[in-house]
Amino acid sequence: MPEIKVDEVRCKGCELCTAACPKQCIVMSETFGVTGYYPAKFSKPEACTGCALCAQICPDLAIEVYK
Amino acid sequence: MQQVNKKPKSLTEARMHYCPGCGHGIAHRLVAECIDELGVQGRAVGVAPVGCSVFADDYFNCDMIQGPHGRGPAIATGIKRCRPQCVVFSYQGDGDLASIGMAETIHSAARSENITLVFINNSIYGMTGGQMAPTTLLGQKSTTSPKGRDAAVNGYPIRVCELLSQLEGARYLERTSVHSAAHVIKTKKALKKAFQCQLDNKGFSMVEVLSMCPTNLGITPKECVKFIAEKMLPQYPLGVYKDLDAKKG
Repeated sequence: MPEIKVDEVRCKGCELCTAACPKQCIVMSETFGVTGYYPAKFSKPEACTGCALCAQICPDLAIEVYK
Repeated sequence: MQQVNKKPKSLTEARMHYCPGCGHGIAHRLVAECIDELGVQGRAVGVAPVGCSVFADDYFNCDMIQGPHGRGPAIATGIKRCRPQCVVFSYQGDGDLASIGMAETIHSAARSENITLVFINNSIYGMTGGQMAPTTLLGQKSTTSPKGRDAAVNGYPIRVCELLSQLEGARYLERTSVHSAAHVIKTKKALKKAFQCQLDNKGFSMVEVLSMCPTNLGITPKECVKFIAEKMLPQYPLGVYKDLDAKKG
């Protein structure tokens, strides 16, 4: 099943990926990461199609998509 | 399982210093992907501007030079003329390219220097703290136009692609945006075409990229995406402004 991995050190919590995902698979974490930002979190593994649109819009290269 | 997206080799491992939601990271990645795909990493030379992307040399994994404010095209001209085998690009913002560097930009286009400009237009000065740029929209608030840009006092915003399209020397001009994933993909195609134009020795090419600056606009990244779609696109229509190949076809 496709999945994404968010690098919590690179992610700055801009939320652009949450809007880009057509299946709304990404939400923001409720706890802050090591850099002090609230990083993106993969929330619906069953809905992800591996389209990588989140990775396209991510300004910080924080998302790796596997298919 | 295989990784769908690969980090381009032409970017270093460094974590970028840009603000959350800034479009520079996307534009950097797209330029690096184009350099990788065209197989020119070993002979690519970039010119970093003055502005937020002044540290672009930390992020691009190719030869880089950091130039004085606005002089990117002049430096790129020098590199290209001395080393014609190099693929030379100048990465600049709107305060750099459209303000203090307007003379260099226009004259390098008029001379049809065989270089590629990547022009990031976020309608405001970024690094210096949100002052009015030549590309600031009418009515848009900035630290130097707190009541909004007034045409009677501040004049009108400059459309650089339209301006350069009048010049015979400009060979490829396109305006794109990075405010959505679909536009990011289109921007990459435009950048690749611009670099190809240089590789084919056709002359001056430039891609204007409408980009987000949430910090200096004082809005969230998501609101900034809306700002580009609703306010910037009517003032700066996307599209190809010059393409010699298209005319022949």
